[in-house]
Amino acid sequence: MIYLDNAATSWPKPAQVVEAMVGYMRHSGGNPGRSGHQLSVDAGRIVYNTREAIAKLFNVSDPLRVILTMNATHALNIALMGMLKAGDRVVTTSVEHNSVMRPLRALEKQGVELEIVNCDPSGKIDIADWQRALAGGAKLAVAVHASNVTGRIFPIAQLAQAAHSSGSKILVDAAQTAGVEDIDMEAMDIDMLAFTGHKALLGPQGTGGLVLGKSVDPSEIDPIMRGGTGSASASEEHPDFLPDKFESGTPNGVGIAGLGTGVCYIAERGLDNIRAHHNDLMLSLVSGLAEIDKVRVYGPSTNERRAGLVSFRIEGYENSDIGLTLDEKYEVMCRVGLHCATTAHKTLGTFPDGTVRFSISPLTTASEIDQALQAVKEIVSK
Amino acid sequence: MNYAVITFHNSSGAFRAESVLKAAGLECKLIPTPRKLASDCGVALRFDILSTNDVKSVIERENIHIMVLQPMPA
Repeated sequence: MIYLDNAATSWPKPAQVVEAMVGYMRHSGGNPGRSGHQLSVDAGRIVYNTREAIAKLFNVSDPLRVILTMNATHALNIALMGMLKAGDRVVTTSVEHNSVMRPLRALEKQGVELEIVNCDPSGKIDIADWQRALAGGAKLAVAVHASNVTGRIFPIAQLAQAAHSSGSKILVDAAQTAGVEDIDMEAMDIDMLAFTGHKALLGPQGTGGLVLGKSVDPSEIDPIMRGGTGSASASEEHPDFLPDKFESGTPNGVGIAGLGTGVCYIAERGLDNIRAHHNDLMLSLVSGLAEIDKVRVYGPSTNERRAGLVSFRIEGYENSDIGLTLDEKYEVMCRVGLHCATTAHKTLGTFPDGTVRFSISPLTTASEIDQALQAVKEIVSK
Repeated sequence: MNYAVITFHNSSGAFRAESVLKAAGLECKLIPTPRKLASDCGVALRFDILSTNDVKSVIERENIHIMVLQPMPA
């Protein structure tokens, strides 16, 4: 079986991630940080250690600025719904995922002014367009680090600089890059970073987070949920300190145990090593696809770096037929269609049919890429 | 050994304090918050009272918000 749907969720996970989760269920498993007994303290420490590992990965000095959420969508909603009010202006790009676009469209109906900067048909953003859109003043700029359709990596430090010169804060969606690309929140001047735990960070589904940079005062964001936090229990008012303000209810302790172990796996293997592996695989995958007759590859050109995914189509074939044949005949698992990013496909000119998407993880092998390319060649030759 | 104890607004603060104190080579232990100390949070950090000054300086350096630091009630 060849799993190339890692941009949807990574599989398999490192053995130690699974072991950490089993260990949590067998030996920890108290309610994290709610009680003072050993099982609760053990669970709370595991959750804290995960915050610390994530803070280190993204170069954030205070681990309590890592807010753990159920996924990137949850994190993006906290930032967008919590910060933007009627009369505010927000700027984003035309290749955003629905996890950004749908909350923004809902906010637009509530009186938030939304401006979408169009990218070119390869998914590239023109910095001048971005600057122009921000020049009118905006409370927030929102940009994906790498599109889940084109794979194009945005120059986040440049986008952040432009946002800050116009007095706007920037929220970055790192769903497709956290765990592979270098993300230094201080150096790149990122105010808020949303990430998911179950893709390249190699944790389980149901994990993710929002990281607040030093520049963000928690009072700028209203919580979208309120409830039990294990703190300030005598008060009927929700606490305003981090991370409790944005984390209520019992957390996904077992999932967070897995996520923390995934992040440690990445740190041990080394982000540079993972990226070198990623670059090698993506180069053979993209150039291999581009060489096949009738295959059209979308997004950045073959020699440009991209996130771990590639969108393509085969002339004369329905995407869904390709997906089915790859699955049934070759046991190659991929994703076909719109990938929850309608506007990105409109930008590429692939709406409404979408594309076939192959996506890798740090655990994908070169031989799997060769076999997948062979399968596409055989489909085309028939 | 005589102990002192720190209480926190939330357990995340307690876990962070434990992490930075241990990294600084200071012995400490998370315990259920003693009943005599009114606290917002169920866990507190106990340490040797003789290391109070060292503990204080690490907590201040790392900018960790605490509720109280005081000798452990008998």
